[in-house]
Amino acid sequence: MWLTRPLQERSTQIFLGVLFAAVVLVTFLHLFMPQDSALHVSAFTVTLLGKYLCYALLAVAVDLVWGYLGILSLGHGAFFALGGYAMGMYLMRQIGDRGVYGDPILPDFMVFLNWQELPWFWHGFDMAWFAFIMVLLAPGLLALVFGFLAFRSRVTGVYLSIITQALTFALMLAFFRNEMGFGGNNGLTDFKDILGFNLRTDATRLGLFIATGIALAIGYVICRGIVTSKLGRVSVACRDAEARTRFLGYRVERVQLFVFVVSAMLAGVAGALYVPQVGIINPSEFSPLFSIEIVVWVALGGRATLYGAVIGAILVNYAKTVFTGIMPDAWLFALGGLFVLVTVFLPKGIAGLLQKRRKASQDDDTPTAQEATV
Amino acid sequence: MSLFQELTDREHVFEFLTQVQSPVDVRHGPILYLEDVNVSFDGFKAINNLNLTIDDGELRCIIGPNGAGKTTMMDIITGKTRPDTGSVWFGSRHNLLTMNEPDIASLGIGRKFQKPTVFEALTVFENLELAMATDKRVFPTLTAIMKAEYRDRIDEVLEMIGLESLRDRLAGILSHGQKQWLEIGMLLMQKPRLLLVDEPVAGMTEQEMERTAELLTSLAGKQSVVVVEHDMGFVRSIARKVTVLHQGSVLAEGSMDQVSNDPEVIKVYLGEEA
Repeated sequence: MWLTRPLQERSTQIFLGVLFAAVVLVTFLHLFMPQDSALHVSAFTVTLLGKYLCYALLAVAVDLVWGYLGILSLGHGAFFALGGYAMGMYLMRQIGDRGVYGDPILPDFMVFLNWQELPWFWHGFDMAWFAFIMVLLAPGLLALVFGFLAFRSRVTGVYLSIITQALTFALMLAFFRNEMGFGGNNGLTDFKDILGFNLRTDATRLGLFIATGIALAIGYVICRGIVTSKLGRVSVACRDAEARTRFLGYRVERVQLFVFVVSAMLAGVAGALYVPQVGIINPSEFSPLFSIEIVVWVALGGRATLYGAVIGAILVNYAKTVFTGIMPDAWLFALGGLFVLVTVFLPKGIAGLLQKRRKASQDDDTPTAQEATV
Repeated sequence: MSLFQELTDREHVFEFLTQVQSPVDVRHGPILYLEDVNVSFDGFKAINNLNLTIDDGELRCIIGPNGAGKTTMMDIITGKTRPDTGSVWFGSRHNLLTMNEPDIASLGIGRKFQKPTVFEALTVFENLELAMATDKRVFPTLTAIMKAEYRDRIDEVLEMIGLESLRDRLAGILSHGQKQWLEIGMLLMQKPRLLLVDEPVAGMTEQEMERTAELLTSLAGKQSVVVVEHDMGFVRSIARKVTVLHQGSVLAEGSMDQVSNDPEVIKVYLGEEA
């Protein structure tokens, strides 16, 4: 089975082990350390870490298409935001009559805009199962239609990147409009509870953090399963020599479409878990800048490694949290500088550094035994 | 009337249903048949009334000066270029002009490009694995497992192309000649009926050339092989039958000795060397 194959693999075991240990440690420190202890992890930090894990899942999704398929998507924020909106709509419907205007059906912003009834696309989002399916379906469908058109016309490289950028920009402008029915530039917020649990309680926050950790683990295994399968090798072949792959009899556009859709769905899940933790979703998640930032995380962490994407996403966002706390204005300069430094000194990112170090230690153990056979 | 009968006959199997799946029909001898093919690019006639027949199991060399239309001819056979007029048949059943590139590839026509393109980020073994004739659709590829028979087939080809010792090395580190052999190996994995080989020895050393000649002659008989080559010494060492192309059509055809004594050929092509 392609999904269980990565579980027998050393690198995946290490990744899952580290992730599991980290989640357990944070949970333990949050629950059992006294409030005034230096080791206590506050609910605020738990949510912050949960947010990082969402970004990590998003980065894994981007690395899958960029690292292994060679499609530099500068619009993955769109899929992330769509998943987020699907979750946001569910959370809005859960508010019920506890909103400011107390309307049992209509969310606050609709009452404010004098809407008389729920738009058709808001129906069904009061049911969790429907909303959770839409979390996968909305980004998946967009990726399917977009990818079908783009890959069928053999649009690749820079042109594809620009189109993905345009896609997310167009969606941002659309979602900014009040008439779209997604809350305009205020987005969706003021959430009360999820699946009956109050979102303001520490226990729910911890639960969301753990759920995100599980989602990241599953997403990682799915991606790893794809890249270690024969399809993964075909993806790499498409990345490096597309015409050649086509001559071998593979339908390159279908391989691209499949991987792209899987990646978009993972991004959607990341967005859906992100929204209840940060408490808001608005069109700024569609901004082209955010999508470019995701690519920077992956590049920093190391392309085509998957775990590198996770490291990159967490490190950059931690740095962002720290930096924007100290010197908010300097953050973008720091990010740009970091990007330049890594491209110059660590072309394969942080993961490349780790690989180099491991290889060096291996070479010490078995001096050039492999070279001798050549 | 006959169309009506076809439509009412319950047992009738329409041609379009069987075309792709059915095996190549070579009962009449030729495996590849080009007739009156014409292609022009912006008024320039790249292929001009080309007629060419390749028999099953034959090793054929095609020579000709630059711009003679050799590569365009390959493009037509593999479906990359559509001719303006003419017909191209694979066996006597498959009309290649109605098929696209992947279909033609899966039918059993393998092409080796001038510049070796192997997947450098994959190992030699993986390169051969991807080239294997199996179900190439997305989901079967995702769930594919490496069966023992596949492994045997790959090892067999590795031995034929002489790269057993480099099995698990990245293809990117191979020398130029080794890449060429790997690419021929990738073609063999597809169990092709017809191999189109474009300039296999360009940039090779003498030794590598010799091994390539051995490899190609050992393939003939089992497969039909069409070699396009500039190097006359190499052509002389492998060719049984040579076709000379000039300005998009066949100038001469026959054994190497016949062809090299043909005054027309000497004038347009070999004359340059003498």
